[in-house]
Amino acid sequence: MFAFILRRTIQSVIVLFVMSLLVFCMINLVGDPVDMLVNPESLPDEIERVRRDFGLDQPVYSQYWHFLKGALSGDLGKSYVFGRPALALMAERFPATLELAFCALIIAVTIGLPLGIYAGLRPDGFATRIMMGMSVLGISIPTFWLGLMMIILFSVILGWLPVSGRGDIGVFLGIESSIFTMDGLRHLIMPATNLALFKIAMVMRLARAGTSEVMAQDFIRFARAQGLPRKRIIKSHLLPNILIPIVTVIGIEFGTLIAFATVTESIFSWPGLGKLVIDAIINLDRPVVVAYLLFVVALFLTLNLIVDIIYAALDPRVRLQGDDT
Amino acid sequence: MTISNFKRRVLIIGLVFGILSPAAHLSADTLRVGLAAEPTSVDPHYHNLTINNSMATQVFDALVLQDVNQNLVPGLAVSWAPVGETTWEFKLRSGVTFHNGAAFTAKDVVATMKRAADVPNSPSSFGTFIKGKTFEIVDDLTLRVSTKKPNPFVPNDLSRVAIIDSAFADATTEDFNTGKAAFGTGPFKFAGWLPGDALTLTKNAGYWGQAVDWESVVIKPIKDGTTRTAALISGDVDFIERVAPSDLPNLEKRNGILVYKSVSNRLLYMTLHMTNDPVKPYVTDNSDNPIPSPFQDIRLRQAVSMAINREAISDRVMDGLSAPAGQFSPEGYIGYSPNLSADDYNPEKAKELMAEAGFEDGFKLTIHGPAGRYSNDTRILEAIAQMLSRVGIDTTVETMPASVFFKRFSRGGPNKTPEFTVAMSGYANGSGEPSHPLRIFIHTKQKDRGYGPGNRNGYSNAEVDKLIEDGRAMMDIAKGEAAFIKATEMSMQEYALVPIHHELATWASSDAVTYEHGALDSTFIHNIRNK
Repeated sequence: MFAFILRRTIQSVIVLFVMSLLVFCMINLVGDPVDMLVNPESLPDEIERVRRDFGLDQPVYSQYWHFLKGALSGDLGKSYVFGRPALALMAERFPATLELAFCALIIAVTIGLPLGIYAGLRPDGFATRIMMGMSVLGISIPTFWLGLMMIILFSVILGWLPVSGRGDIGVFLGIESSIFTMDGLRHLIMPATNLALFKIAMVMRLARAGTSEVMAQDFIRFARAQGLPRKRIIKSHLLPNILIPIVTVIGIEFGTLIAFATVTESIFSWPGLGKLVIDAIINLDRPVVVAYLLFVVALFLTLNLIVDIIYAALDPRVRLQGDDT
Repeated sequence: MTISNFKRRVLIIGLVFGILSPAAHLSADTLRVGLAAEPTSVDPHYHNLTINNSMATQVFDALVLQDVNQNLVPGLAVSWAPVGETTWEFKLRSGVTFHNGAAFTAKDVVATMKRAADVPNSPSSFGTFIKGKTFEIVDDLTLRVSTKKPNPFVPNDLSRVAIIDSAFADATTEDFNTGKAAFGTGPFKFAGWLPGDALTLTKNAGYWGQAVDWESVVIKPIKDGTTRTAALISGDVDFIERVAPSDLPNLEKRNGILVYKSVSNRLLYMTLHMTNDPVKPYVTDNSDNPIPSPFQDIRLRQAVSMAINREAISDRVMDGLSAPAGQFSPEGYIGYSPNLSADDYNPEKAKELMAEAGFEDGFKLTIHGPAGRYSNDTRILEAIAQMLSRVGIDTTVETMPASVFFKRFSRGGPNKTPEFTVAMSGYANGSGEPSHPLRIFIHTKQKDRGYGPGNRNGYSNAEVDKLIEDGRAMMDIAKGEAAFIKATEMSMQEYALVPIHHELATWASSDAVTYEHGALDSTFIHNIRNK
């Protein structure tokens, strides 16, 4: 186990390094940040000053060397636009994105799982057909359009929920989050649902597939023959068996929720990472873009590692590579 | 159903309804505003960016202020006048205090200028307005500013620099963002900033000018246009800027909502290349052989201008939110010439002009522009391409993100020369001085003197250059403006660039408030009034 984790960690570092090289070189091919930063009314020497101060007058390899030196000591550079360390900016925005992704995940599982199991148990039912039809919609309707429709329905027409932004922040067990206040929840519910819709459909389909597969197996038949109540069969025999694939997928999906909540965050003006990085891309704020991409790579590498470990723990048949050395 | 089960259900239902009940409105003294952009810092000297500057005017004052049409009005200086060829004297306002209680004197001005010229890590500093000026304290309330050469625009330059308390001359940008140093003399006090979420201001009861109507203001960045409209209609905010054009007709019809529109000083223009240089074959004859830019001939430039149907662009592309333009300034604005107007749509005349110049069979052209930078920019370019094709210039459009466009636009060609033969871009005069667009776009490019940094098509007219330079050296501002208007007329008649339209700036609010607006498309919170 230890050898496995060590090997994977070393691989991760190499992947991160290659990724940083790629990202750094490619982003340097796009435009010139000075055009986006310096006010056009400035005198020419101001443009030169900014170029010099931000090290943009240096060749790419020496800029990269400078970045690498900083990165090894945990400094991914300063945002051109905000003048503050890129990592600090991201750390500031991270809690907002995390709570959004977390709530979306909870919504996806609490709605998607029961519906999917129901659909798996009654594959030909009328309700099942409607649900599966809806899930196709959930997967294919663009998030931004649905977000706007939700705003129009719940905020403009019904006036129930606030349109945008993050609400009041409460503290519970030392964690600051808008989950802990009523105002915060009111702000959270719409963007979280919007973000969750795709995932609800996905969890539903996974659960349905798992259910119809497991229900046909011998141990379920034996349990039925034994006369166990239906509830008990679902709870103790069906659920644990369909959960394994769902847990693995959800682990990775949690990563995508954090990394790619951009569209939802933009529509609901949610002050999270996605909004930060979109602005950084538009303004060519290179250090923030690079730091963000490296963060996303690191996030997925970590999640993959954790999923592999959990998977091994859940299913004794899976042996981790390097386990036997 | 057991009792505990029942209780739990009641609790859940209560919770759901609690969450869903409409928001209790904040107190009537609080104004909530939804803006399309967010400042990058509260430090007024960190970043010369439109949104930063308009936010800074809420908390800070400059010596000279600009009204909504960029006319100069007294700020922390009550009067100013030249006292010699190269020196200005400013009489400062007495009895003004900063939000922290410190008294305002000439010392604060000098300390401000020293700091503002060189803020570390600034992505676009205020040095442009300060460098080359010497500040001399005569007494507590009198200040002299000297320049090396006569400079009639010292008051304009100083209207751009927010004055801070000299006690914070060494404060960092972070000190301003956290509020430790954010003390100005402006109509509002800084109360807090959560980046991405909200900027909060409170009333400065001791303001020297007209007091604001609000005890506090919450400013939220809402970048998506439709979301902004929804936030206004649902009552989340009381005031928004930049209404999405598609939402405007609905908002105008809606009860309880007021819409404000004014022709802004944001100009959309095209540059047509006037030298032999461009190597990239963006112009070819009809059998695809590269040809030198035909726009060296004024008749071709005029033909392009007459081939463009500006009214149709305004009607069908801009939803009425643009006004056809024939010069940099909109009417009623500094530097405006009553003798210039937008060319009328006249495709027949355009064809005649082309035939006269030997292009009766037309040619092929690629035009370039940014996508998503200006309102409807891509659609405008496509409309123009169709219009040009109709008079025989077979035109294709190539757009790209602004970050890519501006680099290629200014130096994408060989030896860092401009790359495009014909490109569309935008301009808004931030300084409020009439020579500004002439210095940047019209004067012959002379890098070391700061002339012509935006002159990308090689336009050069010695007579126009002289008018611009002379005007910029006249301490008599009225005489100077006459020279600038003459230079504007001459260069526009030669199509130094082809103006398309001025964008209309839009705002909307609940009918409980009113807004005073002008040619600037920024939003000035202190002009939002309680009815």
